[in-house]
Amino acid sequence: MKYMLMMNTPAGGQYQIASWPSADIKAHMAFMIGFAKKLGAAGELVGAEGLSSPDQAKLVRAGANGQPITDGIFPESKEFLAGYWIVDVDAPERAYAIAAEASAAPGPGGKPLNLPIEVRQVMTGPPPESTQ
Amino acid sequence: MIPALDANAQDLLRDLAPQVLGVLVRRYRDFAGCEDAVQEALIAAATQWPKGMPDNPKGWLITVATRRLTDQIRADTARRLREQLVVSLIPADEQIAMAADAAGVNERDETLDLYFMCCHPALSDASQIALTLRAVGGLTTAAIARAFFVPEATMAQRLTRAKQTIKSSGSTFPEFTDRQARLSAVLTVIYLIFSEGYTTSGGDSLYRADLSTEAIRVARLLSQLLPDEPEVDGLVALMLLTDARRAARTGPHGELIPLDEQLRSAWDRARIAEGREILQRALTRGAVGPYQVQATIAALHDEAPTLEDTDWEQIRELYELLIRLHDSPMTRLSHAIALAMVKGPAAGLVALDGLAADPHLATSHRLDAARAHLLERAGRHDEAIELYHRAAKRTTSTPERNYLLLHAARLNEHETGTR
Repeated sequence: MKYMLMMNTPAGGQYQIASWPSADIKAHMAFMIGFAKKLGAAGELVGAEGLSSPDQAKLVRAGANGQPITDGIFPESKEFLAGYWIVDVDAPERAYAIAAEASAAPGPGGKPLNLPIEVRQVMTGPPPESTQ
Repeated sequence: MIPALDANAQDLLRDLAPQVLGVLVRRYRDFAGCEDAVQEALIAAATQWPKGMPDNPKGWLITVATRRLTDQIRADTARRLREQLVVSLIPADEQIAMAADAAGVNERDETLDLYFMCCHPALSDASQIALTLRAVGGLTTAAIARAFFVPEATMAQRLTRAKQTIKSSGSTFPEFTDRQARLSAVLTVIYLIFSEGYTTSGGDSLYRADLSTEAIRVARLLSQLLPDEPEVDGLVALMLLTDARRAARTGPHGELIPLDEQLRSAWDRARIAEGREILQRALTRGAVGPYQVQATIAALHDEAPTLEDTDWEQIRELYELLIRLHDSPMTRLSHAIALAMVKGPAAGLVALDGLAADPHLATSHRLDAARAHLLERAGRHDEAIELYHRAAKRTTSTPERNYLLLHAARLNEHETGTR
């Protein structure tokens, strides 16, 4: 079963990596790269992407003629999606364990960030046809 | 179990694939059908050649691919229209039996046509790249998909759409305004492939490096086809002289290491020597173009023992020449940085101010990063840190963002003395 692990980071909170000491930034990067490598080697990683800064994010809706109507930037958003992993695991407990590991990514002073990771199961295709 | 092809035979297959495809497309026009037929011939070769190599491997492939193509056309009655078209396109004496290497057709031009067709102006950059890798490079769809981090089905679809676009554009071999424009389009695509492999280290970097190697290989093939075009060799030299720095370019955590911090002893001296030799040969033939100029700049960096001991005055002059030959915002940005190395950061900052109005650069992280770098050198660290942060927010490259964040943090520590 596949799960999507979403890392939501609060705007202006402790995840303002730009304000960290360089050693802590380095440790954080090393953790993230190692984490993805480990999941890949275990055959559990389906995909992972980091998203660029939300500064340029837009909200888009279709107008009357189907043309895009974009709404500007939303600095007031309290938190934003920083990135996600999709993992393929045997049991939900394994997905939770992976999420906990991601949550403990090192922050300032090497202390775990304990960021909330939203874990959602990915829908599957149609069930196998019944042959009764 | 099927005996495997040895490495030599695999290389031979990959070299022959575009030539065979070129011959077929020239004869039958239908690119998608020819491409399928060549793929099938390659698979047949992979299973049959280990039992014994044919005397004429290329002729063998052409014969098998032609047979597959005609089988396909005969079997597919729904494609009768195309069959009529194909038959009408085949000269009468070839309709009965295909000579393995029909004489009278310039094979060199056939392979060249393939390069040009892959750079059909109706195609997007992404499609041109994918098609070139597939048709000229002979890479499998799966390998191309891996290199671009997309599912194989997505890449297969992109290739199919590209072939469809060529077909519906009405001309398999586009009429470019002139030969130089055609060549220029091909060189651009090869350099794009190289850059794809060189600039990103996200995902599985192994496959990305393969892209750069592939671009160099394809350019070398082109150079054999066009030995009198110094710009082709200029591009080969530029890629070799740039690729020589690959190992020194990223740190253990995938972070970008800029030129001034690279361990120069880790540069590939053999690549540099080869690149210089090719460049030298190109330059002596006259007709200096943008790729030769860029290769000369790359060679000057490769030869310098340190950043300070680089011949910046000559680099500045070469960028000036490059602006005259092929003006672009990025060239002007590089020129401003070289100017700063010659005349000091203040002069460079003035030159950068002149670029702020450029719509491509105004919101780009590159201008911020360049300005931050010069501000740092001018001792204006607070302003530099602010711009490094802004550049980090604007870039879409993870290694580059990591580098900018780390650099700003180090500068901040240096500033506040809390190391």
